[in-house]
Amino acid sequence: MSDILLLCWEFFKIGLFAIGGGMATIPFLAKVAQSHPEWYTLEMLADMVAVSESTPGPIGVNMATYAGFLVGGVLGAVLATLALVLPSFILASLVASGLSRYKENSHVLSAFNGIRPAVTGLIGAAFYAVFKIAVFPDGALNILSLALFFLVLLVSMLKKTQKLHVALYIALAALMGIALKL
Amino acid sequence: MLFQLFGAFFRIGLFTFGGGYSMLPMLEAEVVKKHAWATTDELLDYFALGQCMPGLIAANVAVLIGYRQKKLKGAFFSMLGVVLPSLIIITLIAAALKNFAHLPLVQHAFRGIRAAVAALIFGAFIKLFKANVLSALKPAQGKIEKGIKRHLQLFLPPALCLCAFILITFSPISPVYIVLGAAFLGLFFLRGCEI
Repeated sequence: MSDILLLCWEFFKIGLFAIGGGMATIPFLAKVAQSHPEWYTLEMLADMVAVSESTPGPIGVNMATYAGFLVGGVLGAVLATLALVLPSFILASLVASGLSRYKENSHVLSAFNGIRPAVTGLIGAAFYAVFKIAVFPDGALNILSLALFFLVLLVSMLKKTQKLHVALYIALAALMGIALKL
Repeated sequence: MLFQLFGAFFRIGLFTFGGGYSMLPMLEAEVVKKHAWATTDELLDYFALGQCMPGLIAANVAVLIGYRQKKLKGAFFSMLGVVLPSLIIITLIAAALKNFAHLPLVQHAFRGIRAAVAALIFGAFIKLFKANVLSALKPAQGKIEKGIKRHLQLFLPPALCLCAFILITFSPISPVYIVLGAAFLGLFFLRGCEI
């Protein structure tokens, strides 16, 4: 039970500080994987990202449900998700009730001028962590994984592929993984 | 009314793939066209507001719109609606994967998937880097500050990005403190500059 309380606290913090959309939750979830390796590993986190990107629902909510399920089953999934959106419920209700003219507040705008570049760096770090486990799966460089990484990167950056769905890349990469016996 | 809010946001959660901007068309269909809870302009304002507040964008927008209709109860039911599809679908998938994770076929598939996920996160990073860091290096529109303030506006955003990367990668510090620290630096040194 104390595990689940700790889990709720971690996800409440993520809901409060992961600013800027679903991807921003990844660096926080990666830190949790490092401090609680008994909950889930970085490998499992990469799998969570894949499932969350290619199923319905906002990524951030999907990630919380998945991580919560790994830690505490169905109860863990429900509590982690609710803990994640609790800060939104409190803060957005305050803003909607007009307690502060939030958006025009110049303090808020200048704080976000600092937050946005920092969050960019956090997501860069999340990329580095996932890249390491994807391309160095057993501690040694896997050339095929590296090639697959560059292939997906190049194809996804082409102009013509911008409208393709992420799930398509993930499905093709799964097939490649099976075909190449990665 | 509460049930309508719940139902509308349940459908929005169900038909949103990804997050962020991908939920806008569905929001417009439900909130503007079907129920007339807001105009398109108001919806875009809520969306912009939801993006620059703590919390997930989808949950923020649901609470903002729900609260405007039926106060706290409306906010609660909208929020519940938007997270419920994820809760059901992801729990089923996670439970299924748990049973198949040991199969060699599934393990090979996931090793391939991880390489793709790394590429997708890198793509997201590049987009954010262009929007939040590189754009700060161009002269801002409107008034351009002189002297030390201009230098801070130029160099602080890339420095914050680099520091966040290094601190999170090489130290056990929580991202919470990095976000708080960056907010304070922005508050004091990046006043009034459009990034």
